[in-house]
Amino acid sequence: MTRSPLRDFIVGCFVLAGLGAIAYLSISVGGLSYGGPGGLNLYATFDQTGGLKPRAPVVIAGVKVGQVTSITLDQNARARVDLDLDKSLKIPTDTSASIVTSGILGDRYISLQLGGESEYLKPGDEISFTESAVILERLIGKLIHNTDTAPAKTEGQ
Amino acid sequence: MGPAAAVQELGWYALRFVDQLGKLTVFAAQILRALASPPVRVRVFVQAVFDVGVLSLIIICVSGTAVGMVLSLQGYNTLVRFGAEQSLGAVVGLSLIRELGPVLTALLATGRAGSATAAEIGTMVATEQLDGLRMMAVDPIDLVVAPKALAMTVAMPLLSALFITFGLFGGYLVGVGLMGIDGGTYMSSLQSAVDFRDDVLGSLLKALVFGGLVGLIATFRGFTSAPTSAGVSAATTSTVVVASVCILLFDYVITALWGV
Amino acid sequence: MNLTPDAAGADVHVALERVDMAFGDRQVFRGLSCAFAAGKVSVILGGSGSGKSTVLRLIGGLVRPQAGHIFVAGEDVTCLSERQLYGVRKKLGMMFQGGALLDSLTIYENLAFPLREHTSLDERAIAAAVHRRLDAVGLTDVDRLLPSQLSGGMLRRAALARAIILDPVIVLCDEPFSGLDPVSVKRIENLLVQINQRLGITIVLVSHHIASTMRMAEHVVLLLQSDDHHPGTTVVAGSPEELRQSSDPRVVAFLTDECDDGDARAADVAAGST
Repeated sequence: MTRSPLRDFIVGCFVLAGLGAIAYLSISVGGLSYGGPGGLNLYATFDQTGGLKPRAPVVIAGVKVGQVTSITLDQNARARVDLDLDKSLKIPTDTSASIVTSGILGDRYISLQLGGESEYLKPGDEISFTESAVILERLIGKLIHNTDTAPAKTEGQ
Repeated sequence: MGPAAAVQELGWYALRFVDQLGKLTVFAAQILRALASPPVRVRVFVQAVFDVGVLSLIIICVSGTAVGMVLSLQGYNTLVRFGAEQSLGAVVGLSLIRELGPVLTALLATGRAGSATAAEIGTMVATEQLDGLRMMAVDPIDLVVAPKALAMTVAMPLLSALFITFGLFGGYLVGVGLMGIDGGTYMSSLQSAVDFRDDVLGSLLKALVFGGLVGLIATFRGFTSAPTSAGVSAATTSTVVVASVCILLFDYVITALWGV
Repeated sequence: MNLTPDAAGADVHVALERVDMAFGDRQVFRGLSCAFAAGKVSVILGGSGSGKSTVLRLIGGLVRPQAGHIFVAGEDVTCLSERQLYGVRKKLGMMFQGGALLDSLTIYENLAFPLREHTSLDERAIAAAVHRRLDAVGLTDVDRLLPSQLSGGMLRRAALARAIILDPVIVLCDEPFSGLDPVSVKRIENLLVQINQRLGITIVLVSHHIASTMRMAEHVVLLLQSDDHHPGTTVVAGSPEELRQSSDPRVVAFLTDECDDGDARAADVAAGST
C-alpha cells in the first residue's frame, strides 16, 4: 500500500476529533473529573429511603460533593446508605444527613447539613444524625385522615 | 404445499441459519487470528479507517445535529406541559448518549460504509482478485478483510461520540436559541443527569459492539458472495438488512443485560 | 482411452490422480487423471462447463477435490493446510481470465506488491524488477495507470507480468485469449511461448481457442464429459498432431465443432495475415 500524506493527515484529524468528542462526553458531560477512587467513604442509616437510588448525588448547600454508592438493609431492618464524598472535605461529627427531593416529583438526593464540632468524621464513620425521606403520598394520606398531626410533620422539612 | 412440506421448509431455513452462523463464527476467528499474527498492515488499516470513518463524517455530523434539534423540540413541547423544561438537557442528553447516538450511528454507518465494504469485497470475489491474492500466497482475510472489519470497529465509537456531540449541540441550539431556555440550566441538567460510567462508557461499549457487528457482517457477506454481479448486489442488500436488524436486537440485549 | 498417458519421458511437474470434484450437486469430474510435463507448454481443452478452469483452481489449491491427489512440484496439495499451500503457491504464477489485478492499486503497485510481500528488496530493486517484467510483456508508460484504464489485451499482459514477477517455475493461465482481438491473441501467444523458452517455465493454460492451441501447445489435454457410453471424465492427451489424427469420434467432433467457432476462425485468418 502506498503512503498518502494527505489521507493519513485526514485520518489523523478524524481520530483526534472522535477522541475529542469522547473526552468531552466523558469529562464535561459525564462528570468523569469527579468521583475518582480514594474518596471519603461514610455511611448513614435511615428509617425510610423513599426511592433513593445508588448514584444519587450528595450535596452540601446545593453543591454536589459526592454520591450514594449503595443502599442495603442492616441487621435492625434499617436502610444503610453508603456515601462516597470528596476526599478534601472535612465533615464535623455532628453533621446531619437528610433525604430530600428536588421539586415535588423530582429525584431523591442526600443533603448534608454541616455541624459545628471541631472533630471530623474519618473514612468508614457513620453520620449519626439522619432525617428520613418524606413520602408525599403518606403525607397526603395523613393530612386527609388526621389533620392535626400533619402540620407538625411538615415543619421538620 | 402441505403441512409436511411447510415443516420441511422451516427445517431447511433453520439448518441454513445454523450453517451461516457457524461459518460466521469461523470467519470471525480467522479475522482475529489475522489481526493477532504478523504482518501488521498499518497502511491498509489507515486507508480502511479513511473509507469507513472519514467518508461517513459528514452524514454523521449532519444527522447528529438534526436529531439533536428535533429531540430538543419534541422534548421541550412535552416537558413544558409539566413545567419541567429545565430538564431538557437531561432528556436530550440521555436519549442521545444511551440510545440514539450508538444506534443511529451504527445504522447510518451500515448504509454508508457497511454496504460499500460488502460491495467492494464482493466485487473482488467476482473479479477473482481475492483468488489472485491467494495465488500470490497472500491471505485475503489478512490483507483485505481484517483491516476493514477492525476499522469499522474502531471508527464506530468515534463516529458515535461525534454524533452525540453534534446532537447535544443541535439540542442546545433549539433549546437555548429558539425556546429560550437558559444555557446554564440546559448544561447543568445535562451534566447532572449523565453519568460517566453508566451512560458514557455504556454508550461507547454499544458503539464498539455495533462496529464489530457491522464490520463482521459486511465483510462476511462480501467475502461469501456469489462471484457474479447479482451476487454482489445481494451481498450489499443483505448486509444492510442483516446488520440493521442485528444492531437493533443487540441494542436490546445490551440494554437488558447491562442497563445501558 | 488415453492416447498417451502423459508426455512420455519428460519430468512430470503437475499431476492429477483420480480426482473427483463436485460443486454442491453438480459433479464436475469423476476419476480425472492427467499430467503436465516440466518445461513444456500444455493446454487443457474442453467444451464450456467441462471444468477446464477448475483444473487450474485445483492445481493452485483454491478449491479442494472430494477425492484423489494432486501433485504440484513434488507436493500433494490436497494434503496441505492453507498456510502450507502458500509455500507451494510461491512457485506458481497464475494469470486469471479477467486479470484479477487489485483495482485500487496502479499497475506498478500491483506488480510491486508480491515483491513487497515476499522479498526484502529495496525500492530500487523492486522498480528494476517491475520494469523488467513490464518490458518483457511489451508494456511501457503504464506505471501510474489503474487496471481499469487498460484495454483488455494490455490488462492480460500486465496480469502475465504479475504472474512471473516472483520467478515461478509453473505459470497457470486461465483463458488467456478469451474476448481478445486476433492481434492480441497472437501477441499473448508469442509472449507465453517466449516465457516458456527463455525462462524454462512450465506453462499450463486453459483455452477453448483451438487454433492457437494447435500452434503453441506441446502437449494437449482434452477433457470430455462423462456420458452414457463413457462413465467418468475422459481425458485424451497427446501432442496436437496426435490429437488431430485421433480416430475417437468425440475428439474429432470436438475439434471440428469448435473450429466452426467464429472467434477461433477469425483468429486463424488474422494469424495467417500477419
